[in-house]
Amino acid sequence: MTEYLLLIVSAILVNNILLAQFLGNCPFLGTSQKMSTATGMAMAVVFVMTCAGAITWGVQRYLLIPFEVEYLQTIAFILVIASLVQLVEIVLQKTAPALYQALGIFLPLITTNCAVLGVAIINIQKDYDFMQTLVFSFASAVGFGLALVLFAGIRERFVLIRMPKVLQGTASGLITAGLMALAFQGFKGLF
Amino acid sequence: MIEAALVIGGIGVVAALGLGVAARIFAVYVDPKVLEVDEVLPGANCGGCGFTGCVAAAEAVVKGKAPPDVCIAGGFEVAEAVAAVMGMSVEAGEKPLAELGCKYGMDLAHTLFDYDGVADCRAAALVAGGGKVCSMGCLGLGSCVRACTFDALSIGPDGLPMVDDSRCTGCGSCERTCPKGIIRVHTPSRRFTHVQTEDDCVAPCQATCPAQIDIPSYIAAIARGDYLDAVSIIKEYNPLPLTCGRVCPHVCESACRRQYADEEININHLKRFAADYELKSGQHVLPVKAPATGKKVAIIGGGPSGLTCGYYLARLGHQVKIWEAMPEPGGMLLYGIPEYRLPKKTLAWEIDGILKMGVELECNKRLGEDITLEQLADEGWDAIYIAVGAWGSRRLGCPGEDEYPEAASGTEFLIKRGLREETPVGKNVIIVGGGNTAMDCARTSWRLGAENVYLLYRRSRKEMPANDIEVEEGEHEEVQYHFLAAPTKLLGEDGKLTAMEFLKMELGAPDASGRRRPVPIKDSEEEIPADNVFAAIGQSPILTCLDDDKVGEKVNRTRWNSVLVDESNGSTSVEGIFSGGDGARGAATAVEAIRDGRFAARAIDLHIKGEPIEVPENWLPRAPRLPGIDEGVDIPPCARVKMPDLTVDQRRLNFDEVELGLTKEMARQESERCLQCGLVCYRGHKARA
Repeated sequence: MTEYLLLIVSAILVNNILLAQFLGNCPFLGTSQKMSTATGMAMAVVFVMTCAGAITWGVQRYLLIPFEVEYLQTIAFILVIASLVQLVEIVLQKTAPALYQALGIFLPLITTNCAVLGVAIINIQKDYDFMQTLVFSFASAVGFGLALVLFAGIRERFVLIRMPKVLQGTASGLITAGLMALAFQGFKGLF
Repeated sequence: MIEAALVIGGIGVVAALGLGVAARIFAVYVDPKVLEVDEVLPGANCGGCGFTGCVAAAEAVVKGKAPPDVCIAGGFEVAEAVAAVMGMSVEAGEKPLAELGCKYGMDLAHTLFDYDGVADCRAAALVAGGGKVCSMGCLGLGSCVRACTFDALSIGPDGLPMVDDSRCTGCGSCERTCPKGIIRVHTPSRRFTHVQTEDDCVAPCQATCPAQIDIPSYIAAIARGDYLDAVSIIKEYNPLPLTCGRVCPHVCESACRRQYADEEININHLKRFAADYELKSGQHVLPVKAPATGKKVAIIGGGPSGLTCGYYLARLGHQVKIWEAMPEPGGMLLYGIPEYRLPKKTLAWEIDGILKMGVELECNKRLGEDITLEQLADEGWDAIYIAVGAWGSRRLGCPGEDEYPEAASGTEFLIKRGLREETPVGKNVIIVGGGNTAMDCARTSWRLGAENVYLLYRRSRKEMPANDIEVEEGEHEEVQYHFLAAPTKLLGEDGKLTAMEFLKMELGAPDASGRRRPVPIKDSEEEIPADNVFAAIGQSPILTCLDDDKVGEKVNRTRWNSVLVDESNGSTSVEGIFSGGDGARGAATAVEAIRDGRFAARAIDLHIKGEPIEVPENWLPRAPRLPGIDEGVDIPPCARVKMPDLTVDQRRLNFDEVELGLTKEMARQESERCLQCGLVCYRGHKARA
C-alpha cells in the first residue's frame, strides 16, 4: 500500500510530468489562458492517460516483446493512442453525451499530447506491473491537471495587470512556468 | 523486417477495424440540415445569439427553437441563406449597432484615484466602481475593444471607445463585457421603447423634454451637417418634428446649461430647421420597419397622440388603423392651432409621412356613432388605443352667455377655421382666458380684421399659462391685455351683443396649484364694448362616446371626466385598452400627447407579446433634479440665434406663417453652441476636483 502511496505522491508532486519532466508543454501553454479551458483539458487528460497507460502496457507485454520488435515502441504507441482517442470519442458521444459535451474539443487535442506518450514509455522503462502502471498513469495525469490549473489561475490574473509589451503572452507564460518548476523542485527533498 | 511490418500493420488493421465497428455500433444521427445550416453560419462562435456556438444555433434552427435570423452577427444575408436551407423566408429588419452611452472625454473626466496595475474595466469596476468621479462614466481601459471579435471597436482620440458602424455586427460581446452597461447594442426600436431611468446618462434638456428626445445627438448631427440623420434621431422619440418645432413650449430650453454662461440654445428652432430640411427635400425619412408581426391595433383619434402611437406600432411591425372623427387627421394640431403658427399644408405633409409607414386612416368615423369599442373587441383587434383629445370647452358661466350667438367658445371658433368655414368677427373682440388657445383666438381675430382685440385674464401676466413668445407676439399685434379681470355680465340690445361687464381682481393667498388666487375687488365693475366674446378658459375631454358601450363603460374615468390611466404605460382599467393624450390627462401640450403615444406603443407592443408592461422601478416620470447644473459654466459667451419673422405690418389680414425658419448658417452657428452635456459633464470643460 505504501508503495502505491509513494508512487502517487512522486507522480503528482516530485516528478510532476509537466514541471519536473517538461512533457506536454504545448497544451500547458495553449489551454491555460482561461480557467474553464484548463479544467476541461485536465479532465480529458486524466481520462485518456489512464486508458492509454493500461493499453500500451498490454501492447508492449503481449505484442512487442513476444515478437521482439521493441524498437517499434514509439510508432506503435502513437498509433494505439491515436486510435484510442478516436474510439473514446465515438463511444462517449453515444453513451455519455454530457461528458462528451464537457470534454468538447480537448479529446482530439490530446492525440498530439506528448505527455500521454511519455507516461506510456516511462511505464515500460520503469518496468511497472499492470497495477503500478494504472496508478502511475492516473497520478501523472492528476499532476498534469494540477500544474495546468495552477498555471491558468496565475495567467488569468496577468490580464489585469500592466505588463511590458515584450513580456506579454507566451513570454510571461514561459517565465512563470520556469518559476513554478523551480518551486516544484522543492519537493525533491521530500524523499 | 517482415515481423515489424506485420506488427505495425496488424495494429493498424485492428485499430481500423475497432474504430469501424465502434462507429457502426455507436453511430449518432446528425440531421444533415444541421450541418447545412452550420455551413452558412459565420462560424465566429461569438455567442451573440445566446446559443453556445454556431453548431448549437444551427441545431436550434433545425429543431424550430430559433428563427432563421438567429445569427445577429451575420445580418440579413446569413438569415436569408439559413432561411433558404430551411425553406422559410425572412424579412429585413433593423440592424443592431453598438453605441457608447458616455460622451465625456477620458482625459477630461475627473479622476478620483489612479490604481496603477489595473488594465481591465471589469477589474477596475470592482474597486469602488472605478477611478472616475462620474459613477456612470466610461473607464476607458478598453475591455470592450478587446472583447470585440469583429474589430469594430477602437479607442478614439479622446480616450473613449469608438464604434465602426460598418464592421459592427451587433453581436453584443462588448455589452456583455462592459461592467457599467455603458456600451450597449441598440436598434432604433430598442431606443424608442426605452423608458428613461435614474441610471441613464442624459443631458438636462433630454431629461426635461416630455418626449425625451435625444437632443444633444440631433444637435450634433446638425452641427456636422447631417440634417437627415438629425431627423431620424428626432423621429425615434417624436414623429412630428415639423409640428413640434413650431408649436412646442420647449421646456427643454429652460433646463439648458448654456443659460448660465449666456443664453440657452434655441433647441426647438434647430428641431424645426432639421424638419424643414426634410420637408424641402420632398422625401420623407422612412425608417426600417420590423418584420410584420401579424398583430393589429386599433387607434381612436388621429391627433398627435394617436398618430404617434400608430407610427411607433407600425415601426414595431404591427398593423395599425386609426379612426378619426373629423374630416381630416391632425386633431387639435389642425383644428386648434391657427394657420400662421402651423400651416395646414406642412402638417398634412408630416401626417402623410406617418401614413406612409403603413398606418391606415379612416376619417369621418366617430367613436360611439360609427364604431364602438364592443365592435372592435369582437373584430379581434389585439389592442385599442383611445386618444380622443379634449374637445369640450368650459363656459364662462355669466348671465347673457346663452342669449347672444356672438358669445362662443374659443375652441369652437378655431375648429370652424380648421374646417375652412367663414368666421367673421366684428370691430371689438374680447377673449377671456390666459392660455395658448386664448392667444390663438386673439391673434386670429386681429388677422381677421378686428380693430380692438381685448384679452381678459383673471390673474397677472406672470401667471399666464400661454407660451411667453405668444404673449409677446400678441403685444406686437396690438392685443390689449386686461389682467386681473373677470367677466360678470354680457350686455346687448335686440339680441345682439354690444358690451361686456367685468370686475377687477387682486391677488390673494396662493391656492393648491401654488399660484396666487385672484380675489374680486368690490364695486370695481367696468364695461368694454364687444361684438364678439370668445371664452378660452379650459378644455376637457368629452367621453360620452364610451357610454352605451359594453366595453367602453368598463373604462374607468377620473373625477375630471378623463380616462383613468396608469401614467407609466397608458393602460386603462380594461386589459388591452390603452389611452393617452388630452383624453387622459386633460388639456395639455402636443409634446405630452406625443410622449403618451410613444409610451402606449411600448406598452401595447409588450402587451401583444404577452410580456409585463410595467416600467422599471426607478423610471423618471418627470424631470429629475439636476445636481449642480448652474455651477461653474466657464464658456466664452456667444449669442443665441434668433428666428427671423414677418413684420407686424406683413401679418395683418393674412394667415401667413409668422416664423420663417433658420438658415443653414444660423443652424450651424446655433448647433455649435451646444455643450453636448451628459448628466453631470459637458463638453470643453474640465471637471473640478
